Amino acid sequence: MFRRERSIPLRGSAAALCNNLSVLQLPVHNLTHFGVVHGPSAQLVSAAPEGVPLAQRQLHAKERAGVSLPLITQVHWCVLPFRILLVLTSHRGIQMYESDGSVMVYWHALDSGDASPVQAVFARGIASSGHFICVGTWSGRVLVFDVPAKGPNIVLSEELAGHLTSVTDIASEHAQEQDPAGEKGKGSLCLSPQDCIADMVTADDSGLLCVWRSGPEFKLLTRIPGFGAPCTSVQLWQGIVAAGYGNGQLCLYEASTGTLHAQINAHARAICALDLAPMVGKLLSAAEDTFVHIWKLNRNLKNGCIEVEHCHGECVPDTQVCGARFCDPSGSSLAVTGYDLAEILRFSSV
Amino acid sequence: MSMRTLPLLFLNLGGEMLYILDQRLRAQNIPGDKARRVLHDIISTMFNKNFIEELFKPQELYSKKALRTIYDRLAHASIMRLNQASMDKLYDLMTMALKYQVLLCPRPKDVLLVTFNHLDAIKGFIRDNPALVHLVDETSQQLIEAYGGLSAGEFQLIRQTLLTFFQDLHIRVSIFLKDKVQNSNGRFVLPVSGPVPWETEVPGLIRMFDHKGKEVKRTEFRHGGNYIAALKEGSFELYGDRVLKLGTNMYSANRPVETHTSGASKNLASQSQQSIAPNPLAKEELNFLAKLMGGMEIRKPSGPEPGFRLNLFTTDEEEEQAALTRPEELPHEVVNIQATQDQQRNQELARIMGEFEVTDQPRWSASKGDDLLAMMDEL
Repeated sequence: MFRRERSIPLRGSAAALCNNLSVLQLPVHNLTHFGVVHGPSAQLVSAAPEGVPLAQRQLHAKERAGVSLPLITQVHWCVLPFRILLVLTSHRGIQMYESDGSVMVYWHALDSGDASPVQAVFARGIASSGHFICVGTWSGRVLVFDVPAKGPNIVLSEELAGHLTSVTDIASEHAQEQDPAGEKGKGSLCLSPQDCIADMVTADDSGLLCVWRSGPEFKLLTRIPGFGAPCTSVQLWQGIVAAGYGNGQLCLYEASTGTLHAQINAHARAICALDLAPMVGKLLSAAEDTFVHIWKLNRNLKNGCIEVEHCHGECVPDTQVCGARFCDPSGSSLAVTGYDLAEILRFSSV
Repeated sequence: MSMRTLPLLFLNLGGEMLYILDQRLRAQNIPGDKARRVLHDIISTMFNKNFIEELFKPQELYSKKALRTIYDRLAHASIMRLNQASMDKLYDLMTMALKYQVLLCPRPKDVLLVTFNHLDAIKGFIRDNPALVHLVDETSQQLIEAYGGLSAGEFQLIRQTLLTFFQDLHIRVSIFLKDKVQNSNGRFVLPVSGPVPWETEVPGLIRMFDHKGKEVKRTEFRHGGNYIAALKEGSFELYGDRVLKLGTNMYSANRPVETHTSGASKNLASQSQQSIAPNPLAKEELNFLAKLMGGMEIRKPSGPEPGFRLNLFTTDEEEEQAALTRPEELPHEVVNIQATQDQQRNQELARIMGEFEVTDQPRWSASKGDDLLAMMDEL
């Protein structure tokens, strides 16, 4: 069972985008950062444990002189081995900031070179993988940025080809998720580069999923074809790909082989967000049908098969949910955003 | 955002405008031939070949201001006149109706069915004029060609673009409140029952498979809604059963409408958001409109057919009252679309920017709802 906690007010309502909530948990500092896209601006809010808002900041997409403000597509915190960066994607390009959004450290303008006039040009889909930040684009290309431990010397190191339609979301497994017992401590960063090799999955508008092994050069391991509906959100946990689709279906695949292991008729409208509580293998799915569902993922040790069970469903009345995240590693609290809603809704389990 | 959204926005808003004008013309007992003339003139302007051709070119959505200007112009394409207060109310009703329709579309692609519903009804208004019906049919054909082959992902982007346009509009509309599709806080009711969209399964089933793809387990879960399977898919052809009711005329003869909105909940902060930044591109938008609409005949209310004034309110006094309480940031006159007016436009934008204040977002609490209800009762 979940109960409503105190909401966090926003200056601007949430835009009708998928994956429109990013959460950075900082338990060491007793703080949680939230990031929500409003439209031409994105809002960052820091809150104390009871949801008391402490600080707010608004970020804008970089403009081009003489043109109206470009729209932001996504805002997301990337946890890297030695630093945390905030990444903002828009119809103009990719902006990277220090984690509190105070200083922009890098700007990459999108190349709309071979786009037809009818094609919208934008970046969308953000994830960190080791010391790389990967960002998807309208063309299907995934840009890989090499991020140094300090400073603004970020370099575009690779462009991954694998998708033919616009990228929707990217997920990777971080070192923290690979260390469920928390021996390295909650909220701590990797101690050495070798601890941080992570796998990655990218998704696109046609529903295609690409599974990658990260490294100095990323390697495409598997392709999982779509079935007509866009894959709007994707997560990766212990070699299991969880994919949410525009027709409300939630599927689980074996990452290394691409085999379908579970197919859930989870929602009556498009899924717009998935999130993981990696310590306990909990997955949340949120959709435009106003529901948020919590699932428990499990690997059957006898036959290695992936199993899933439904834990709980929560209805957010009259709200087209557009973002949802767990707020703690055990998955006992979550935050939700909805289109047109100027607040972040918070829930905790009882 | 999507570059394919403008035709859908324009045609659907235009359709809603015609529904409302048709109802008000009857409510105000405007003689049949005059009423038909008005609808005929507006429809022929709306479906002007050159205009439609420009409309279908890939482009970004117009700003709210620019789009509002088009409808000002369109509403005055005939012998009918509307005061500013009535024009405001007309535009509010149009936009809230389309917001409702887009939000409640089961699938993003269904916005196309909504558009066909509007076009089907428009053909009903002018069915005695085959040339005009043909013009509307040509536009339907263009829709089929432009949108028929788009993927679900592209339609989702279109839907998101439309919702961005309607973001933060919470004007309460009597007919929606009465039908309980809108709450007193201005938000639409999102039902969790009824048929699921075409190509979506009823939530509840979990199927699990082994390494070889064989189904090994099947369980059910309680999803909380009350859904049934989709009945049938609407037709995307020139003629056919659209199945979806969104976009059909809710102001039909046996539903006399109190087109009664309360303007109190206009969200100043976000409405101004789009217009405050001095936008040199707005100059381009309006120049473009001038080029197109300048080529169209505007009926002057003179000669053998005198013009008449249509009132969107129930009485003239109400209209006057509404004019007095109009929020400051809306333009006081229809913007005249001429090249020389561009400087004036930038000055106007600068003036609006000077008046812009950040207001806090209203908190949705029980007492707030009561205040709004009380205000409604007083209107």
